Amino acid sequence: MNTVSHSFGKSVFELMSSMRFAISLLSILAVASIIGTVLKQAEPYNNYLIQLGPFWFEVYEKLGLYDVYHTVWFLAILTFLVASTSVCITRNAPNFAREMKGFREHVTEQSLNAFKHKHEAETTHTPEALAASAQRYLEGQGYKVKNLPREASVLLAAKAGSWNRLGYFLAHSAIVMICVGGLMDGNLIFKVQQLLGYKKIETRDIPQSQVPAISRLKPSNLSFRGSVQIPEGSSADVAFLNVADGYLVQELPFTVGLKQFRIEHYTTGQPKSFESDIELFDLAGKKVREATIAVNHPLIHDGVAIYQASFADGGTHLTLRGWNLFSPTAEYFDVTGSVHQNTELTSVAGKYTIEFIDFRPFNIENMGGDVQPSGDTMSVLGGSPVSENKHLRNVGPSFQYKLRDARGQALEFSNYMLPLELDGRWYLMSGVRETPNDAFRYMRMPLDAGGDIDSFMRLRGVLLNAALRPEIAARFARQALPENAWNTEIEAKLKFSATQVLALFAEGGFQSLGKFIEDKVPAAEGEKAAGTYLRILELTAFEALQIANRQNGLPPPKIDDATGWLVRDTLNSMSDMFVYGAPVYLQLAQYDEVKASGLQLTRSPGQNVVYFGSLLLTLGVFFMLFVRERRVWLRIKPGHALLAMSSAKHTIDFEKEFTLHAQALDTLAK
Amino acid sequence: MELALNQPAPLLKRLSWFDWLFSAIVAAGGFYALSRFGEYMDIYEKGILLAAIPAISVFGWFWKPFRVLFIVVGAISLFSIIQYQGSLARMEQVFFLKYLISSQASIMWMCALFGLATLAYWVGLLARSEFTLKTASALTWSAVAMGFIGLMVRWYESYLIGTDVGHIPVSNLYEVFVLFSLITAMMYLYYEARYQTRQMGAFVLLVISAAVGFILWYTFDRGAHEIQPLVPALKSWWMKIHVPANFIGYGGFSIAAMLGVGYLLVDRGILASRLPKPEVIDDMMYKSIAIGFLFFTIATILGAMWAAEAWGGYWSWDPKETWALIVWLNYAAWLHIRLVKGLRGPMLAWWAVIGLFVTTFAFLGVNMFLSGLHSYGTL
Ligand code: HEM
Repeated sequence: MNTVSHSFGKSVFELMSSMRFAISLLSILAVASIIGTVLKQAEPYNNYLIQLGPFWFEVYEKLGLYDVYHTVWFLAILTFLVASTSVCITRNAPNFAREMKGFREHVTEQSLNAFKHKHEAETTHTPEALAASAQRYLEGQGYKVKNLPREASVLLAAKAGSWNRLGYFLAHSAIVMICVGGLMDGNLIFKVQQLLGYKKIETRDIPQSQVPAISRLKPSNLSFRGSVQIPEGSSADVAFLNVADGYLVQELPFTVGLKQFRIEHYTTGQPKSFESDIELFDLAGKKVREATIAVNHPLIHDGVAIYQASFADGGTHLTLRGWNLFSPTAEYFDVTGSVHQNTELTSVAGKYTIEFIDFRPFNIENMGGDVQPSGDTMSVLGGSPVSENKHLRNVGPSFQYKLRDARGQALEFSNYMLPLELDGRWYLMSGVRETPNDAFRYMRMPLDAGGDIDSFMRLRGVLLNAALRPEIAARFARQALPENAWNTEIEAKLKFSATQVLALFAEGGFQSLGKFIEDKVPAAEGEKAAGTYLRILELTAFEALQIANRQNGLPPPKIDDATGWLVRDTLNSMSDMFVYGAPVYLQLAQYDEVKASGLQLTRSPGQNVVYFGSLLLTLGVFFMLFVRERRVWLRIKPGHALLAMSSAKHTIDFEKEFTLHAQALDTLAK
Repeated sequence: MELALNQPAPLLKRLSWFDWLFSAIVAAGGFYALSRFGEYMDIYEKGILLAAIPAISVFGWFWKPFRVLFIVVGAISLFSIIQYQGSLARMEQVFFLKYLISSQASIMWMCALFGLATLAYWVGLLARSEFTLKTASALTWSAVAMGFIGLMVRWYESYLIGTDVGHIPVSNLYEVFVLFSLITAMMYLYYEARYQTRQMGAFVLLVISAAVGFILWYTFDRGAHEIQPLVPALKSWWMKIHVPANFIGYGGFSIAAMLGVGYLLVDRGILASRLPKPEVIDDMMYKSIAIGFLFFTIATILGAMWAAEAWGGYWSWDPKETWALIVWLNYAAWLHIRLVKGLRGPMLAWWAVIGLFVTTFAFLGVNMFLSGLHSYGTL
C-alpha cells in the first residue's frame, strides 16, 4: 500500500517535471488565452444576451467566458504551470548546483575514451609542462581549469559557461515569481469572500452612498483596480470596481478632488493631451497634496496610483430656447438643464421629459468628404508625408438629449449650437434618431441675413396659421394675375387653390401635397400638377414672408436670391418638421461647461514582485540561451595527450570550438 | 614553447583605429544632440540617449559592418536635413530630396532595392552564382541604408510639420513595417556573414518582400505614409524602447520561419544541393529564435511597465497583450521541444513556420480584427 502510493507520488512528480508536460502546459495556456481575445471581455451582460441568445448566454456564463482570465479553470492551468515549474526546479536544483560547482574530476580514462568529441595527440613535452601551457590556453579561452596531478600523469578538468545553469534557476523561478505577483494583484481574496458569502456584487443602479456594506471594500483592501468619474469642482472618496455584471464600491484611503480637467488639441483637431489638476485630502479633510496628472504621468500616493483614464461631461449647465414647432406664433420659451439630469417640459403637445445625455464643446467633422490618396506613383515617390486633409473642421459645440413622451417612448436628438455651411448657405442642424445604432437624420433650419433662425420661425408660424391663409391667398392671387383679371372667377379659383395648397402643406408638408395629388389628380397629369402646386406654394410662402415681416415691424423682404433660398429652405425644413418626431426644437443659447475626469485608481502590491521576476526572467533567458555550458578534459600521460569535450547542447558553435581546441592541442603538444 | 595560438586578446587591444573613430563619431553625435536638444527632453529621454552612445559603440565593435552602415546613414541623413533648410516645401523642389533622400523617396528606394535583392538571391540560388549572391547582399545592405535614411529624415520632417507633431517614427503601422523590414534584413545579414552562406537569403527576403508589399499597398491605397501627430497614450519615452525591442523579436521569429521553410524543402530533397545542410539551417533557426525570444521577452516586459504607467495596470488581458503572451508561450514551447530528444527536425521546422502565423496575427491581426486598449479608439 505504502509502496503503491509512494510510486504514484513519484510518477506524478516525474510527469509534472517532464519536458513534455511543460510543453503541453505552455501550449494549453496559449490556446486558452485565445478565447478571451475573441470574445470581448467584461461587457455588460445584456450585450452578450443579445449576441448569443438565452441558451448560449447561459452556457457561456457557466463556463465563465465573459471573464475567462479569472475563471477557476484558467487559474487552475496557471497553478499547474507554477506547480510544474516548481517541481522541475526542485528536481533539477541539486544536480545543476553540483554541476555548476564541480569539475567532474572523477572521470576515468575509459569514460573519456567513450566521448564522441575526443582528440588524441603525441607529445614530446613532459605532462607537467604540457598541462601548464594547456591550462594557460584554456584559461585564455574563458575556461576555469583544475589541475589534478596523478601518479605519472596529469588531468586537467575545465569548464566554461556555468552561468547557463544559473540562468535556468533564474528564469524558471522568475516564472513562479511572476505568477505569484500576478495572483497577489488578482481578485482571489474577493472570490473567496464571495464564495463564503461575505461579499456580494451590487447590480442595482443606485447612488453610491446607498450601496450596502456587503458590496463595499474597506480602504485597507490590499489590492484593487477601480475607476471613478469626478466632475470639476467635486471630489470622490470611493472608486468602482467592475465585476461580472455588477460592481463593488472601493472606499479610498483619501479623497480626490478635481479642480480642472483640460484637453489640448493639435491644429488638426486630434487630441494632444488630457490633464487633470487634482487635490488630495486625508480622511479628516485636510489637504495633503496637489498635483497634475496626465496620460502616461500618474500620481502615486499612499500606495495608490492615480491615472488619467478617460473623460466625460460633468454636468454642463445648458440654457436653451424651446421653439414650439407647430405653433402659429414664433415665440420661444426658456429651458434650462444640466447634462446627466432631466427637465420636465410641458408643451402644447403634451408632457415630455428631456433627458440630457451629453455635451461636446468641440466637434471635429470632415467637411469635404474623404480625400482620395492620389494613385499617382510619382506623387508618392517624391511625395510628401504631410497630411493633405484640410477638410477637418471644428464645427463647435453640440448637446445630446432624449425626449421622452408621457408613454415612455423616447427619441434621441443631437443639436449643434453654431450654424454649419452646406452648399454655400448656413443652417442650424438638429439630428434625430430612434436607437443609438442608427445614424442621425438631420433637420436643417435656414438662417436669415441676421444669422438667426427667427425669420424661419416667423415664416413657419405664418404658414401654419390658418387665420392668415385668406390674406395670403388674396395677396398671392393679386400678384399672380394681371389687373384685369382681379375680382374674376379666375381670381377666386386661384385663391381657392392657394388656400388649399397652404392647408395641405400645413398638415403634413410635401408628403400631404404629394398624397393629395396622387389621390385626386389623374396619373398622367400628376407631374404637371405637382409643378404647379410647388410654384403656388413658393409664391404664397413669399407672400407669407411679407406678412411675417410686417407683423414684426420689419421692412418687406428684398426680392433676391437670398430671400428665394430662405423661402425654399423654410419649406423644406417645415416638411422635415413633420417627420422630426418632436413638437419642440431646443436651441442651445448658452452653456457653462463642467467637465469630468475619469480616473483609474489602483493598488497593486504584486507589481514589484512581478517586476523583480521580470528582471530575473530576462537575465535567466539570456544566460540560458547565450551562455554555452561546456567542459573540457585533458588527460596527459608521458608522450600522449587525450582531449575530450562535452556540452549539454551540441550546436555548430560547439563543433567549431572543439576543432579549435583539438588544433590547439596539436600545436601545444609539438 | 610559447606559440602563436589565436588566444583572444583583451577586448580593448582588439579594437582598430576605425573602431575608435566610430565610437568618437557616435559619442560626438550623441553629445551634440544632447546639448542642442537637451532642453526638450525629459530625464528618461536623456538617459536613453546617453545609454545609446556606449550601446551603439559596443554593437559596432561586435559587428563591424554596422559601423559603416551607421556612418553612411548618419552622413546622408545629415546631408538631406541640411538640404531642407528648415522648409518642407523644398522637398518638392530640390532634386536630391524629391527623387532620392526625402523620407518618402528613400523609403520607396528601400522597397525597390529589397525587391531587387530578393530577385538576385533567387537567381543566385538557382544559377549557383556566387557573384549574383554577393550582389544580392550588397543590394540588401543598400536597402537597409536607404530605409534608415528614410526613417531618420522622416523623424526630422515630422518636426518641420510642427514642433508638437514631431516624434520618433515608430508610432504607426507604416513606420513599424519599415522598421520591421530593416531589422529583419540586418539580422539576416549578420547570420549570413556568420554562417558564410548566402543561399538562405532567397527565403528570408521573401518575408521582407511581403512586408514591402504591404508598405506599398498601404501607401498607395490608404495614404498611410502621412505623418500624423501622436495620440496622448503614445506620448511616452517607453515607446522608443518598447517598439524596437518588439521588432527584433518579430524579426527573429520571421527569419526562423523562413529558415523552417528552407529546412522542410531540404528535408524533402528539394533544392537540397543548393541550400546549406539541414544541421546548419537548424542551427540558424535556433539562433534566430533565441535572439527573438530574448528580445520579445524584454519587449513584453517593457510593454507591461508602460501599460502600468499609461493604463493603470501592468497586465489587463487586453487582446494585444494576450496575443503577445501567446506568441511568447509558443516560442517557449519551441525552445523546450528542442530539448526533448526525438522531437527535432521537421517537427521543429513546422512549428517555426506556424509560429510566423501566430506572430503575424499578434502583430497585424489583432489590430485588424480585435479591439482593445491598443486600438486607441478612445483616449
Ligand atoms: C513560461 C514558462 C517557461 C519558460 C518561459 C521557460 C523558458 C525556458 C528557456 C528559454 C529554456 C532554455 C531552452 C534552451 O536552452 O534552448 C528552458 C529550458 C528548460 N526548461 Fe523551461 N521555461 C518555462 C517553463 C518550464 C517548465 C514548466 C518546466 C518543467 C516542467 C521547464 C523545464 C525546463 C528545463 C528542464 C530546461 C532545460 C534546462 C537546461 O538543460 O539547460 N520549463 N526553459
